[in-house]
Amino acid sequence: MIRDSRDLRKDPRDTRDLRDLRKGPEGAAVVVTGLVKRFGDFAAVDDISLTANKGEIFGFLGPNGAGKSTTIRMLCGLLSPTSGSATVSGIDVATHPEIVRQNIGYMSQKFSLYNDLTVLENLHFFAGMYSVPRSQLPSRISWAVEMAGLNGREKSMAGTLATGWKQRLALGCAVLHRPPVVFLDEPTSGVDPMSRRQFWELIHQMAADGVTVFVTTHYMDEAEYCNRLVLIYRGKIVASGSPLELKEGSMSGELLLVECEKVGQALELLGAAPFIQDAAIFGNALHLVVENAEQAAPGVKTLLAREGIAAGKVERIRPSLEDVFVSLTTPRPGRTP
Amino acid sequence: MKEGESPIAVRGLTKSFPGVRAVDGLTFSVERGEIFGLVGPDGAGKTTTMRMLAGVLTPEAGEVRVAGCDLVKDPEGAKQRVSYMPQRFGLYEELTVDENIRFYARLFQVKGKACEERAARLLAGAGMSEFRGRLAGKLSGGMKQKLGLVCALIHTPEVILLDEPTNGVDPVSRREFWAILYSLLGEGVSILTTTSYLDEAERCHRIALLHEGRLLFCDTPAALKANFAGQVLSIVTGDPRPVASLLEGRPGVGSVMVVGDGLHVVVDDPARVAQLKNELAAAGVTASIEAVAPTVEDLFVEAVRRGKG
Amino acid sequence: MNFDRFLAMAIKEIIQIKRDARSIAIVIAMPVIMMLAFGYGVSFDTKHIPLYLLDQEKSQQSQDFLKHFQASEYFNVVKTVDSYREVVEAIDRGDCQMAVVVPFDFSLKLAAGQPVGIQAIVNGTDSNSANLGMSYGEAVVSSYAQGLQVAWLQRRGQIRVAPPLSLDARTWYNENLESMATIVPGVVAMVMAVVGTFLTSLTIAREWERGTMEQLVSTPVTRMEIMLGKLAPYLVIGLFDTCLCAALGVWWFGVPFRSQLWIFLLSTVLFILVVLSMGYFLSVVGKNQMAASQLALVATFLPAFLLSGFIYPIDQMPAAVQVVTHLVPARYFMFILRNVFLKGTPLSLMWQDVAGLALFAVVLTILATRAFKKRID
Repeated sequence: MIRDSRDLRKDPRDTRDLRDLRKGPEGAAVVVTGLVKRFGDFAAVDDISLTANKGEIFGFLGPNGAGKSTTIRMLCGLLSPTSGSATVSGIDVATHPEIVRQNIGYMSQKFSLYNDLTVLENLHFFAGMYSVPRSQLPSRISWAVEMAGLNGREKSMAGTLATGWKQRLALGCAVLHRPPVVFLDEPTSGVDPMSRRQFWELIHQMAADGVTVFVTTHYMDEAEYCNRLVLIYRGKIVASGSPLELKEGSMSGELLLVECEKVGQALELLGAAPFIQDAAIFGNALHLVVENAEQAAPGVKTLLAREGIAAGKVERIRPSLEDVFVSLTTPRPGRTP
Repeated sequence: MKEGESPIAVRGLTKSFPGVRAVDGLTFSVERGEIFGLVGPDGAGKTTTMRMLAGVLTPEAGEVRVAGCDLVKDPEGAKQRVSYMPQRFGLYEELTVDENIRFYARLFQVKGKACEERAARLLAGAGMSEFRGRLAGKLSGGMKQKLGLVCALIHTPEVILLDEPTNGVDPVSRREFWAILYSLLGEGVSILTTTSYLDEAERCHRIALLHEGRLLFCDTPAALKANFAGQVLSIVTGDPRPVASLLEGRPGVGSVMVVGDGLHVVVDDPARVAQLKNELAAAGVTASIEAVAPTVEDLFVEAVRRGKG
Repeated sequence: MNFDRFLAMAIKEIIQIKRDARSIAIVIAMPVIMMLAFGYGVSFDTKHIPLYLLDQEKSQQSQDFLKHFQASEYFNVVKTVDSYREVVEAIDRGDCQMAVVVPFDFSLKLAAGQPVGIQAIVNGTDSNSANLGMSYGEAVVSSYAQGLQVAWLQRRGQIRVAPPLSLDARTWYNENLESMATIVPGVVAMVMAVVGTFLTSLTIAREWERGTMEQLVSTPVTRMEIMLGKLAPYLVIGLFDTCLCAALGVWWFGVPFRSQLWIFLLSTVLFILVVLSMGYFLSVVGKNQMAASQLALVATFLPAFLLSGFIYPIDQMPAAVQVVTHLVPARYFMFILRNVFLKGTPLSLMWQDVAGLALFAVVLTILATRAFKKRID
């Protein structure tokens, strides 16, 4: 087995051998089964299973320290799992990490570009790293320059580019070798919304061409761009589905928006009411989690009126991903003060 | 501070670094009892602005008055009444929670029983009473931020400056953090916070959107949304890409974004919904169209676009 | 200057030192290790220089003369040989460091009252030990010559002979017991120059690096309070370290302590203030721990080692370099310590050096405070 992988490493593009190594269901680009990573007593990743399909934008959503980066590192063959298995493009990451690395593109949140090299020099460097065949090199590089919108700036130092350009250049570098799976680790942190939209446009194009894009983010609103999401918290998956499915299906109750005066006082009052599971302030309004919004609304109005707090709009709203996340990670629907 | 004066008043504030104008003619004010959000992506000038308001960075031009003190003339003058929590965790990781609090209490000369009571109350409010003996470096991200806030509040400041206080913090701790901020407003403080989470902006009373050092607009989130020119539509459909190319360039259709479940489309008038439904039906597409409220990101993108156009 | 804020800084600093294993190691282990390394390294290596003897005369008197080399603890006579060739080969091979050759007319010339040249061949590749070997050789020769002279004079009936003065004053390496005594005070000064600067060089840089400085400068604390609050704990530690080194010197290396304690403490406090302020200054300028600690080593170790009079006597340096040594605070402290340990000189006789230290302390403290800006631009 060891001999095999060493031989393969010499020429990772030997498709015949690759086919032998591939396993798992057709169409699945990333298959993770019971993946665990422990550091001492601490389980950074605790029994995660998931499947990302070909051409899918798969979002991995959770706060810092939830286990996102650890998972991505295992999937990229940089860290070996404690137990469980993972295949990327059908190749086992534990036994053939070198081959996995040839078949993926990876872009870190720090955009690992060399700031003191020009745009072209960076592209040539990464092309060399990923052994892009010489015959394809000119077309791949002009494709990347085009994609990043860097025409006319090929000779600029990467360090002098604005964050949005850098991000697109880093993406270009990561996919020069046409990997079937691309991992993006917090790809748009620190990028302005305009550039972020352009970036996601590119990602959707790549996905349409059949590339599987695996994205981690802790920006809840960014997760909306993904086809499918898993919410990860303390190393475990707490929910999965499309953004819409998550928003409509995974909350334990319904969300009621209450516009009112003296929100602080209103929060205290409503937070203590037995029919309200959770309450939080949003500017001049409250978000209440209730069993049934329609039934709860009159009760809320009565309570506020009794205390002389004038209420405006009271209506059911669709929860945001953050609402979903909070409701799923608060074990007993307790009260956030 | 004079009667009726805003606790934070900024006029024409400008700061350049070599090759970049980080803050460009910023004017805004924050009132008592208000949470004001400076919202924008990294590099928009939020941190630079905060540092100037905290008196740790010298403004290049403009006026800054904080807690009634002119910071251009006397940058040290307001420090006893202001509290600043920088973006990077500013506490000592090898000190315990209690030791950090005591350090800041002594620096601000909060002593004895007053200090004990205030610390106990703030720690209880942050849900950290049982962690007093723990080293700050061993706290979770959310706890660190809450400890930072406790230290920043120990001297009962009038003005609180928070630079990206919830960055990277999990949503549950983020909510707790905001709950603490709201509870402070009863003390009559003014809170200026920055955030790069555009969705978080909705929690502020008023927001100012910053882009490349300039103020795009400044108002309450509700007013901003009400003034949004156009209507945002959420179109849910199986295969959104062909639908996107179908819609792009149609009369009245602005930006078209592919998102996870479908499309995020801006049209010039709510009445377009019926028209789009017909067009999609004619093209044989099954899709549900729903009018939704614009997000702060929509506002931002629209404003940048208009500014450029 | 507000005492509460000063106290806040000092307490915080003490807790940090206490919790940081690395700084405790620097505080306790580094002075002891340096003290032992220098104490043994500088003194013991100079003893037992391997020596070859070539006696061309082989007379009673020449044998008697060479016995003085055999008796000296500075030399280890490896072999007595019969030809020059063997001497040359031995030096080439490194079998000996030095060879002494007695000419064939040694006793004849002495009897005739003529001057005799004793040849010493020294391996000069290590100039320091070569110098030492020559000095020791000279000492042996001159003490033998003195003995001869006294005997000669006595034979002539002149009973009361004043011993020549030149012998004791030649070089300080010569005095077999006192060599340790001269080195140890020097080591104390050097160790403190390095340790003191190193201790504080990290303190400000660390706050910038960890991001704690930004919050600190947004509080009402003044830069004077920051500086004094940070230096106070280290002053105590530095004083402790100096006393530890001095104690090692007295009880381990057997160096005398002939002065009053308060003179020692006064000059120590001044010197520690100097080195701490210097470290603080470098820390402010360096802004990162790596740069600051390296600057600190370069700025203190080299001058303290080379220009303070520790290794090379100042009065033997070129005139221009002698002027430069006045800018090296360790020079004054070294001088004071040697006097304090060995001579017990009263303050009135070395007040200039104490004043020099005090001047440095004041200037550097002001400089360090001024260099720090409560600003991040």
